[in-house]
Amino acid sequence: MAHRPYYSERGDRIESRAPVEVSRYRGFTRANHWVTAFCLIALALSGLALFDPALYFLTALFGGGQITRWIHPIIGVVLFVSFALMFIQLWRLNMPKPEDTTWVTKIGDVVKGNEDNLPELGKYNAGQKFVFWGMTGLIVVLIVSGVLIWQQVVGHLVSVPVRRVAVLVHALAAVAIILVFIMHVYAAIWTRGTLRAMTRGTVTGGWAWRHHRKWLREIASRDTKGPAE
Amino acid sequence: MNDMANSPTTAVSNPPVQPTEAYFNAGDIVRISATRNVPQPDRQLEKLAKLIDVSKCIGCKACQSACVEWNDTHPEIEENVGVYENPHDLTPNMFTLMRFAEWENPATNDLEWLIRKDGCMHCEDPGCLKACPAPGAIVQYSNGIVDFVKDNCIGCGYCVTGCPFDIPRISQVDHKSYKCTLCSDRVAVGQGPACAKACPTQAIVFGTKADMQAHAETRIEDLKSRGYENAGLYDPAGVGGTHVMYVLHHADKPGIYNELPENPRISPIVEGWKGVTKTAGLAVIGLAAVGATLHGLFSRGNEVEEHDTEAAKTLVVEGRDPDEDPHKGGPA
Repeated sequence: MAHRPYYSERGDRIESRAPVEVSRYRGFTRANHWVTAFCLIALALSGLALFDPALYFLTALFGGGQITRWIHPIIGVVLFVSFALMFIQLWRLNMPKPEDTTWVTKIGDVVKGNEDNLPELGKYNAGQKFVFWGMTGLIVVLIVSGVLIWQQVVGHLVSVPVRRVAVLVHALAAVAIILVFIMHVYAAIWTRGTLRAMTRGTVTGGWAWRHHRKWLREIASRDTKGPAE
Repeated sequence: MNDMANSPTTAVSNPPVQPTEAYFNAGDIVRISATRNVPQPDRQLEKLAKLIDVSKCIGCKACQSACVEWNDTHPEIEENVGVYENPHDLTPNMFTLMRFAEWENPATNDLEWLIRKDGCMHCEDPGCLKACPAPGAIVQYSNGIVDFVKDNCIGCGYCVTGCPFDIPRISQVDHKSYKCTLCSDRVAVGQGPACAKACPTQAIVFGTKADMQAHAETRIEDLKSRGYENAGLYDPAGVGGTHVMYVLHHADKPGIYNELPENPRISPIVEGWKGVTKTAGLAVIGLAAVGATLHGLFSRGNEVEEHDTEAAKTLVVEGRDPDEDPHKGGPA
């Protein structure tokens, strides 16, 4: 039994050799991701509708103000559970590693796409780890502050001063998570070849070599040690 | 055609036998929740107020009964737990509540029974209206009445968060917010609120705000002559004044009347949430979204290059480290 892989998940493997394709996420993780993504978008739209009167028209997407008010916290709970499942799968490889510091100090090269000047990385770079931990922290803040202002469930049990703090914290955290979300989507699109990791589940060998070399090396070494195909 | 009612100046008069037309309507609304630039009415209605003289209240709860009857609400029958408050708190079915406090006056050593009729204060600057996210769920008329419009209410409870007096209550039945309407439907046809009409000691009186302030002055003078040197009017400036006011025998200590706030105002947290957080938050989100979209459209993106693909092939298919390939000239 080999020791636990350091830069990859056990399930990450060479999917095909001509052309080289690497399996990055299996079906469950992808479904889990898209449920979370769908919930986050629905929460952002329904939350913004109740945040600024100028966006109140968005309640029409959900069937009116009352339904928006009712469904927003329910979607929130679904997202929390869905994200928690994803957290269990992803947290290990999102722990900081020494090369993250180097990557961050060379952020200029990251933006310019000078990958040759960057350290070799495992499955995630520091930016992806920032998104992961940012989402994690903000979702915890949002679920706690959200439950405190969940009128239909906690009603008048929560004192008014606590509700005031909770509603402000909820709004600030929501703004922050939408920014993290924009960053996440932008990075996934800007780094060409990334989206397919969450649609088909695989990335090209070139993509893996360019962006996550240590990850690819570990998978490749595992692949050659295995039985011949 | 029916006669138009006049703005009421008292709660004690009986209604006319003939039906009367409402003297104010939606055209007299000066503020609407979640709505910018409300068109202002051409006329300014006489400001109205209810004055509650705590020193004259005998705690009979006729006001509560009248409120329940007029508004046709049905408060739950509760258990007697040994306190005078009944029900235990304001509820979606009980818009006003007598709150009883036993207070030992340190100056006289007397036990004083302080009874305050709690309910919506009809703030000139209403925190509920400021916090409300639903357009048209809360309105304010130019005579000072703050009213909830049930059809537009979504039951989120933000009005509870915004209210400096902890007044609105959300129904768990229809998920709408309820509070005292100042009997806007009675006032519209020239009548005073039901509670004032029912009060047997006229501890609750109703009329123009100016009249009520003048009346309060005579009451305060009287109380002062009886040794209540701190008697005064509770019409807190922090919320722009209120359209429900109290005469208190100890106006220097409103807190002894079941936590009547000393300096009520819309909480700075609520102001910050509905003010800078909203404006700055949306601006930042908008900039980020537009910036990311534009940059995404006009930048080249980080493309995988041919040598990356070749390197991956070398590594995976040939099982060699491409960095050691002499043709690539990479580090050994």
